[in-house]
Parts: sequence; structure tokens; C-alpha cells
Amino acid sequence: MKLHEYQSKRIFSQYGIPIPKGEVAATPQEAEAIAEKLGSRVVIKSQVLVGGRGKAGGIKLANDPQEAEKIASQILGMQIKGLPVRKVLVDEAADIRSEIYLGITNDRAAHKPVMMSSSAGGVEIEEVARQTPEKIIKVHIDPFLGLREYQARDIAVGIGLLAEHWLTFGKIAQGLWKAYESNDATLAEINPLVVTGDDQLLAVDGKMLIDDNSLFRHPDLAEMRDLDEEAKSETEAREHDLSFIKLDGNIGCMVNGAGLAMATMDILKLFGGAPANFLDIGGGASAEKVAVALRLILTDPNVKAVLFNIFGGITRCDEVAHGILAALAEVKPKVPMVVRLVGTNAEEGRKLLADAKMITADTLAEASQKAVAAAKGGQK
Amino acid sequence: MSILVDKNTRLVVQGITGHEGLFHTTQMVAYGTQVVAGVRPGKGGEKVLDGKIPIFDSAKMAVSVTGANTSVIFVPARSAADAMFEAADAGIKLMVCITEGVPVQDMMRVRDYIDKKGVRLVGPNCPGLLTPGQAKVGIIPGDIAIPGNVGAVSRSGTLTYEVLYALKLVGMGASTCVGIGGDPVNGTNFIDCLALFEADPQTEKVVMIGEIGGTDEEKAAEYIAKNMHKPVVSFIAGQTAPPGKRMGHAGAIIEGGSGTAADKIKALQAAGVRVASHPEEIPVLLK
Repeated sequence: MKLHEYQSKRIFSQYGIPIPKGEVAATPQEAEAIAEKLGSRVVIKSQVLVGGRGKAGGIKLANDPQEAEKIASQILGMQIKGLPVRKVLVDEAADIRSEIYLGITNDRAAHKPVMMSSSAGGVEIEEVARQTPEKIIKVHIDPFLGLREYQARDIAVGIGLLAEHWLTFGKIAQGLWKAYESNDATLAEINPLVVTGDDQLLAVDGKMLIDDNSLFRHPDLAEMRDLDEEAKSETEAREHDLSFIKLDGNIGCMVNGAGLAMATMDILKLFGGAPANFLDIGGGASAEKVAVALRLILTDPNVKAVLFNIFGGITRCDEVAHGILAALAEVKPKVPMVVRLVGTNAEEGRKLLADAKMITADTLAEASQKAVAAAKGGQK
Repeated sequence: MSILVDKNTRLVVQGITGHEGLFHTTQMVAYGTQVVAGVRPGKGGEKVLDGKIPIFDSAKMAVSVTGANTSVIFVPARSAADAMFEAADAGIKLMVCITEGVPVQDMMRVRDYIDKKGVRLVGPNCPGLLTPGQAKVGIIPGDIAIPGNVGAVSRSGTLTYEVLYALKLVGMGASTCVGIGGDPVNGTNFIDCLALFEADPQTEKVVMIGEIGGTDEEKAAEYIAKNMHKPVVSFIAGQTAPPGKRMGHAGAIIEGGSGTAADKIKALQAAGVRVASHPEEIPVLLK
């Protein structure tokens, strides 16, 4: 789960990381009032969950409250990478002397958290890694010991920070580690961490990703999810414990198991089709869940055919067949449906569906080819 | 021969009284696996499966009384890490965690701990292991595979079933099938299994099923080029997956341009691995 910049920075601040004074506004008038209160030059920052906000014109300086109002009204009306801007953060503008990158993420290969830092702040770390990998200092953190003081000092030295800043930098690094660990983050990033004209360190931008699997122990974080920022179908899927991702193609897919769902998408492409979605109905899916899943697929007007690929293990094919029948009765789809049932109770499942006017197939390849043909036919 | 589990495996089921735990214990026993104990704090002294399997309050008691050497974990995600620490402290040498949804920071602590103790973990978020004709530890349906000489290792569940089933249809069987799970931080990885298959006399060929996310397949490719003499056939799922989206499995995500199917396929092909264009092509490539 992604957090907005303002949410991330508020969390950082709870762990002693200095952030600029600022507040969130949903209207130009609110932005003006905040700028008035701050009484300084401000920066108006769009709050959307994508990168590249600056390049898209979603971050701008304003010299006075009137200008803040004007700029906020421009930014609040824009779309950035397809996402409408609904909120802006109005922050006191910082007097930036230099910019540092500081972040913690999970190093999958080392199975440990890794703190990364670079003197080339303000640029995406992936970009720095491509252009000047020697500028990135990496330190792995022992998950039981946490970040040690000497490690933070090593990083400060590594990025060429002046000795007078080491202590403050160490506190910020420690705060970031605590924010990461205590909130089950998979990424906690300050970019940039700036050295100001009066020699202070300040986290002017922040980003956090939270491990979805940990939300059971972080109800406060779960509430921060911004539902405006994801497709409605994905929200509904999550509420029903389905794994759903909308794609651009025209063949709806319902599959049990994530790996098989990906393989099914791939094979459609191989045979000249395009998947409309990724959907894993999970193990032991009930008839009710199947019905919800089918409704989700069919709400996409691009869908010209639906492919069901069910390999029964824990999931029983007859149970899935009941779900398909229930869903068909309710949504009365007009597009052709291809179904392949294999494994546990597949025979019973096929019998149940015999009268449902569905196209059947035995192998994955056959099912995919039939789905591709059906989708093309439906486009005439 | 086979790897990791066989007819001598003495299994303890952690979380044996839960819905999933009890269902799969019944299935494992029906397959012929030696399930010697269950663990459920508060139900020690009781028995399940018509009095055949004793329940203990702790893994330590289960191990000391029954001599269990392997554990399978069905406890909910919030307690799964604790169950893994418990099994490691009880002297279990191989544990298999089926549970999906274990927080990744929990897994980093578990991995650090068991590595220092020399305990092997398969999973979490995995279907477990199947040595056809001998033992099944986990949830892989027993009837989809027959004994044979193909070793299989996979990050996915049902996709693996699909491949085992396709092999069975043409009369090919498996030595052992290992589902290593779809999480970003897990216990046993591809290289561990490839090394075990290389050393196992029964295994003559290996199938490796990978997917997007991380760099384990690339590392496996390097290992295969340097160390494997047995032929390896592979399939990588997620060629059509968009970047930045988690495809069901917590670990199946293309991040910062890394972890794509194309990179993995390229690395494997460079290592001499034949990569199938779809799962049902695997039996053809193995012949």
C-alpha cells in the first residue's frame, strides 16, 4: 500500500525527522489560507500516488498567498499520469543548498533491510543506480540489531557529508529505520533530504510503502488507504479477498492461483489475444466469490470474451461451476465464455455447466485459442 | 531416492485443528505420509483422525514424544513467524510453511534466525512438497503426479499442478516436487533445490518454474551454467504483467525495471536452459 507524501512525512516527523511546516488543502482557498498562516514563500505539491509529479508540473513555488491560491487552482484541476489531483500539500519553501537521498528498502536477495544513501539527491534512486552506481552507499541492517550508530556514520562519511552534520544525520537515519520497522514498511524514503542555507537538515519529500500483509497489526495505517487512487474494481476485489488487476486487453480471465493466472494471460498473448485483467480467485474459492469475480470482469466494457481456467486442487471444480451458474443467472452476460475445468471434481463441474452454452476445452492451449477466437468474433 | 521428504519423514502438523490444517492432514495421511503428531496450544492430550494422531501443546513436546523431524505449518499469518521460531527451537530440521500473508519483516527475522541455527524452511506461501508414491507434506493434490525421474521446483502452486499433470498425461513422473512459494523473502530458493536435484540419483531432469519479481531465476541461471550436469527446462510466468503491480503473490512484482520475465528468460537461455513458451510445452522439451 502506497502512502501519500504528506502521510509519509507526518509519520517521519513522529520519529524525530525534521520536516517543513505545512498542511494539506483540497481547495485553492484552503491553500491560500495555509500560505497566509505560514507567512513565507511556499511550495504547492500535488498529492497523487505516482512518481514524476515535478516533471508533470504538479509541484510549483508561490511567493505569496494570492499566488498560492492561483497555483493551487491550476494543480487541483490537473491529471498526473491519469490520476486527478484532489489534494495539494502546501509547505514552507526550503532554502536548498544541497540534496541527499536516504532510503530503506527490503533487499530480497540478501533477505535483510538495506539503507541506501547518495549525495545525488532529488533524482530517483533507480536513475542514480543506472548512471552513477558508485555514488550509492549501501548498508545492510541486521533485523534483530537494527541500524547501529556506526552504520549511520559510515553512510554519512560515504556520501561526503561534513562532520558537523554527522550527529543530526545519524538521528534522521535512526528515525527512518524506526519509521520503517515500526510501520512494517517495504520502503521508507527521504528524497531529497536537504542541507539548508542555514545548515539544517530537512526532509522535504517523503515516500512510504506499507506491506499489505502487515495491515492486520496496523489498523491506523490501513485507514490511510486512498481509495480515490485505485480502480473501483480493484477496491471491490480487495474487499472480497480477490486478487484483481485491470489490464488493457479484451479477454476477461478467471483463474485459481497467481502463477497460473499469469501463465494464462501470457498464453492468450502467445496466441494473439490480450488479457483484460489478472484475477486470482484463490484456493478453495466459494460459489459466492466466483460470482463476485465474474461481475467484476464484466463491468469492463472492453471485455469481448471470458476465459475460466480452473485447476482443481483445494478448489473444487463443482463449487466453481455453481458460482459460474449463479453469476450467469444474475449478470446475464452477452459475451462468449470459454471454460476449462481440470482436477478435483472436474467431471461434476462440467456436468453442471453442460446446459450453460459455454465453450469448453480440455487443455490450456485449446482453451486459450478458443478464447482468442471468441473475442475476435465478438468484435465484428 | 528423492529430495527433502520421503517415506521416512516423521511429520508434525502445527495448527492441526484448524479448517485447513485438519483437511490437509487427512489428505496427507490418506496419501501415506507418516503424520506422527499435531500441535495446538490448549488441546494437548486430545487426538484427531479417529484417535490416530496425538495433539500436543507445543512443538517441543511433540518432537520429544514422537521423534518428529519435519513440520508443516498451517497457522494463521499473524502467528506463522512464531510457529517457525517454535519449530526451529524444538529441534525440527525441515519446516514447511503453507501460510499465505506472513509480513515480510517477520520473514526477514525468521530467515536470519534459522540460517544461524541450520534449519531448512520451505515457503511460506507455498503448496509444500510431494515425493510421488512416498510422502506429501503440504497441499499438492496427490493424484496429479506419478513417481518418476523429473525433479520439479516452482514459485507457484496451481501452475505447478498444471505442469505435473501435463507430465502425468504423457506418462512422465516426478522424483520430488518442491513449491518454494511466492513471497519476496522465503526459506529454500531455486539454487538450494537445483543442488539437491543434481545430487539425487533418482532425478535425471529438472523443471524450474519461475515468475516475475526479484532475481532468483537469474541467480539460478548462473548456478546452472556453472554446476548443473542434468538438463533443466523452465517456464517463467508473467510476460504480460504490467510493471509496479503485485500479481497476486507478494513477491511477483516488477520494481524499478528489474524482475521482468524477459530478463529471466534471457538469463536462463544463456545458461543453456530450454524455456517453454507455455506450460503444456514442458513435457515436449523434457523428452
